[in-house]
Amino acid sequence: MTRHLKMDTPATSRLLDELPSKLTGKPMDRPDGPKKVSGTATYAHEWDIDGKVFGVLARAPVSKGKLVRIDKSALDKLPGILGVFSEDRFLRNPAQGTADEAPIQGVSEISYFGQPIALVVAETFEQARHGAHMLELVCEADTDGVYDPEASNLSPEKPEDDQLDQGDLDKAMAEAAFTVDSTYRTPNHNSAAMEPHCSIASWEGDQLTLYGSYQMVKYNVNELADSLGIEPEKVRILSPFVGGGFGSKLGIAPEAVAAAIAAKEIGRPVCVTLTRQQVFENVMRRSESRQRLRLAADETGKLTGLGHECLVSNLPGESFHEPVLQATHFIYGGENRRLGMEVARLNRMCAGSVRAPGEAIGMQVLENAMDELAHTSGIDPVELRKRNIPETHPEEGTPYSSRPFAEALDEGARRFGWDKRNPKPGQQRDGEWLIGMGMAVAARVNMLMESKARVTLNKDGTAIVETDMTDIGTGTYAILTQLCCDMLGLAPEQVETRLGDSNFPKASGSGGSFGAASSGSSVYLACQDIRGELARRLGCSEDELQLENGNVSGGGKDSALTDLLAGENIEAEGHIEPGETMEKVKQATYGSYFAEVAVNAVTGETRVRRMLGVFGAGRILNQKTATSQCYGGMTWGIGMALHEAMEFDPRDGHVVNNDFAEYHVPVNLDLPQLDVVLLEERDDWASPIQAKGLGELGLCGAGAAVTNAIFNATGVRVYDYPATLDKILGGLPELEMA
Amino acid sequence: MRPFDYHRSEDGRDAVKAASEKGALFIAGGTNLLDLMKLDLMTPSRLVDINRIGLKDITPTDEGGLSIGALVTNSDCAADPRIREDYEVLSRAILAGASGQLRNKATTGGNLCQRTRCYYFYDPDMACNKRKPGSGCSAIGGANRIHAILGASDECIATYPGDMAVAMAALDAKVVIEGQGGDTRTVPVRDFHRLPGDQPDKDNILEPGELITHVTLPAPAKGRHIYRKVRDRASYAFALVSIAAVVEMDAGKIASASLAFGGLAHKPWHDSAIDDLLTGEAPSEALFDKAADILLADAKGQGSNDFKIPLARRTLKAVLREATGERS
Ligand SMILES: Cc1cc2nc3c(=O)[nH]c(=O)nc-3n(C[C@H](O)[C@H](O)[C@H](O)COP(=O)(O)OP(=O)(O)OC[C@H]3O[C@@H](n4cnc5c(N)ncnc54)[C@H](O)[C@@H]3O)c2cc1C
Ligand code: SF4
Repeated sequence: MTRHLKMDTPATSRLLDELPSKLTGKPMDRPDGPKKVSGTATYAHEWDIDGKVFGVLARAPVSKGKLVRIDKSALDKLPGILGVFSEDRFLRNPAQGTADEAPIQGVSEISYFGQPIALVVAETFEQARHGAHMLELVCEADTDGVYDPEASNLSPEKPEDDQLDQGDLDKAMAEAAFTVDSTYRTPNHNSAAMEPHCSIASWEGDQLTLYGSYQMVKYNVNELADSLGIEPEKVRILSPFVGGGFGSKLGIAPEAVAAAIAAKEIGRPVCVTLTRQQVFENVMRRSESRQRLRLAADETGKLTGLGHECLVSNLPGESFHEPVLQATHFIYGGENRRLGMEVARLNRMCAGSVRAPGEAIGMQVLENAMDELAHTSGIDPVELRKRNIPETHPEEGTPYSSRPFAEALDEGARRFGWDKRNPKPGQQRDGEWLIGMGMAVAARVNMLMESKARVTLNKDGTAIVETDMTDIGTGTYAILTQLCCDMLGLAPEQVETRLGDSNFPKASGSGGSFGAASSGSSVYLACQDIRGELARRLGCSEDELQLENGNVSGGGKDSALTDLLAGENIEAEGHIEPGETMEKVKQATYGSYFAEVAVNAVTGETRVRRMLGVFGAGRILNQKTATSQCYGGMTWGIGMALHEAMEFDPRDGHVVNNDFAEYHVPVNLDLPQLDVVLLEERDDWASPIQAKGLGELGLCGAGAAVTNAIFNATGVRVYDYPATLDKILGGLPELEMA
Repeated sequence: MRPFDYHRSEDGRDAVKAASEKGALFIAGGTNLLDLMKLDLMTPSRLVDINRIGLKDITPTDEGGLSIGALVTNSDCAADPRIREDYEVLSRAILAGASGQLRNKATTGGNLCQRTRCYYFYDPDMACNKRKPGSGCSAIGGANRIHAILGASDECIATYPGDMAVAMAALDAKVVIEGQGGDTRTVPVRDFHRLPGDQPDKDNILEPGELITHVTLPAPAKGRHIYRKVRDRASYAFALVSIAAVVEMDAGKIASASLAFGGLAHKPWHDSAIDDLLTGEAPSEALFDKAADILLADAKGQGSNDFKIPLARRTLKAVLREATGERS
């Protein structure tokens, strides 16, 4: 049995609101929680597989050039070494998200410092690492490597589909009552997931099983098969638990392919785990950006023009570029628009999706520019945003689906006490500290992706949900269980959700915030199909059917569920596909952030004192896991505002701060009490369950609330992220003895 | 990690003997050494484990001070009531460093010997005179936001990253060292670490196989104890600038002052001219500026660390304001 829905028209019923059991949305604990805290959830590295040996990748010691030869002689005397592998099927870098095919392959051509070009395999991890250190990779270095995206002799590419020229921006700027023309820079970011990337490859004949830490299993199977030159049917991937991904585990990565090649050759399972340093220099970075913002507004603050032109970078040959302009297109009005994208080709590690690609830095900077406009025009920042909420999409003319934009602003301002803010910067002191408030808008595109799930209603009245969807710490196990419980009238203990096995129906995977709504819809559809079958058996219509506590009723009839099942399981597959609702309306999620900071007037150190986020993302599937996503997002926002930056050596483009001691993410002491409010919302255009994506919304502008607050506290506008103390120091007042 | 020989000592004498072999190193908490070994940056042929040789107590000295055993953990030292009471600056400095987990493992001796956090020192594929004498210094002309502004050389611009030793320098503590022949020598903390000069591979004056057995603190210094650490995040980050200050006031004048600085140089920085300048004077902005002038007279930025110069000045003045002002 299969129930298929292509989202061509908005949902006409809100079944989840009518069912007797309303577990969906409740803050249900994660069913996988006890396993995680007791150490029994099996992460990639932990699969106990007979005969497992270990591989360590060796890095290219030049930034651009050729691998001439590999000298293994130093390894001859080392104990435990099983082999050194280096061949043309090795991956230069991970596949981009949803690539579905192999990324650029080969070891002879070196494109960035640290590119993995050999794998040393040994009986133990320590032996393999020692071998990798001793291995001599003889390389020829080219002298024409490019490391600076803004180098004057570069001519960056201009991707055609990411340019917009509408009306006359220059004229609008010339005629405007108020203007802003500012250039901001944001640095590279690393996902820095807690669990380092890892794959164990194990062959049985020509059948490969990969135990990996991956976000998008259905694509990863094809990417791995394509990389190895084998049929996808010969590949099985297991990724039931992922210790954080944030985009860095979207596509198949070098360690998986190297492990598979070595395992085949040696005839034993090979486990390759990246060290923290390798995570920093081998997985995806979020590209740095230079963003020029131009805003033109009339006396009332209404935008007449909007310019957003940016420069990002990637390795040669990569199709991905940071989609910085994604939300700029639809968030504010202004009829004269110029949006432009340039991509510089660098010999730096690969750039790819890092949590909230595009909006994370695009909204951050746009919201700084809006704060500048508010300051210049003397209009309250919240009010300014409200005046610029467009009626229809300012470029395409399409209407919006559910959009709690003004609501998020009003609700946030009220809860935060925004009316107590002094608009004049540098007015509030608390001892050595300067205090300020700032706000910003959150916005993120919404996407639905094709997704399938199988639900089996067992003859004993319990159920199993199976899909190759992943849980990257987000709460997939919880929400799919909740949906199934409500739809089939079961308790959480009666439902088992199984994820991350490519033998299960193919899901969207986790990425782009689309996982919960997409895979949730597929489970919903599968359950609907089962409900249809139960209704048929009972003799009522699907609409009349009531399922509660193991009882089935409807149309005046009722029966015990197990009687209707009559000793047989019912199995159904749900299949959701995106359709025309994606084009007919602009779908997005919205929110607001409010922050209060204290900036030390002596040192320029900034501490966030409190922060509030108000978000609307359609139906919330689990209050607790959704709130956690927002906490995480706002934490990232604080990190992006104050701490996080990958530093690259200007002379060879290698990552300089490649560990957690020097790549700073916020620690507990950097975080104030974070408050999260989730608005009650249903979006019928988005999915049959009225849910939209939430996983990334928490950081789509969050950093701007912090830096806008720094401006309010000190009068210092930071144009070069992160706002470390050195960038604030110069604008601070001289203090005197009391 | 390279294979190495492991020897566990039960007493100090044995440890010193076991460390006589070339390439041998002591291991205490291991929080620095193991990281460096995993990255193939330090490659001892033998590890002498000193965790069972005792030296885990803090005892009074005849001079009215305290003697801290080399194996006293940072957590225990910072929590000791006598340290908290009489050497507050030391307790505060230790607690400003690393994380709770690290401080539980880290020892007094190991902390003194912790190596620089220079990014290039930590990368085996980069030229680094400290790691490989004569190979060059990648930090010069590279990423050097966290590097030295005082006392650097053309061969190395690294900083000593620790906090504890900065407070010990302000307190004028002494390091007690047992040498290969079993003889003991005592070196002021202020002279324990070196400037890089043309031998940046030598962080401090320890000779191979020498064991730190104790750090002795002089009789308690009266006055206000301040440790101020300026860093890139609120916790778990090394100092960009740190200042340990012990300042005693008497009738509106500075009766005594002892200051030491972290994050600025290859060693905890102490300049007696600053202490001398302040002593006997009434606090004023002009006086504080003069102190900063002395500190920074020869300061030299490397580009991305230029900000440390104004930052050190501002921080020093704020510390002096706090040390000499009304107690709030
Ligand atoms: C992420 C991180 C953050 C940190 N942040 C800070 C910080 O903010 N501030 C700070 O001050 N420190 C910080 N530290 C450093 C930490 O304080 C040191 O790692 C620790 O103090 C070292 O002590 P240990 O006992 O573990 O030394 P070990 O690692 O065991 O040894 C270090 C060195 O000292 C030598 N040694 C040890 N004991 C003796 C002895 N008795 N005699 C002679 N030689 C000896 C060893 O041979 C070795 O060379 C941080 C460390 C990490 C990993
Ligand atoms: S500053 Fe010192 S430690 Fe750093 S690279 Fe130069 S020589 Fe090595």
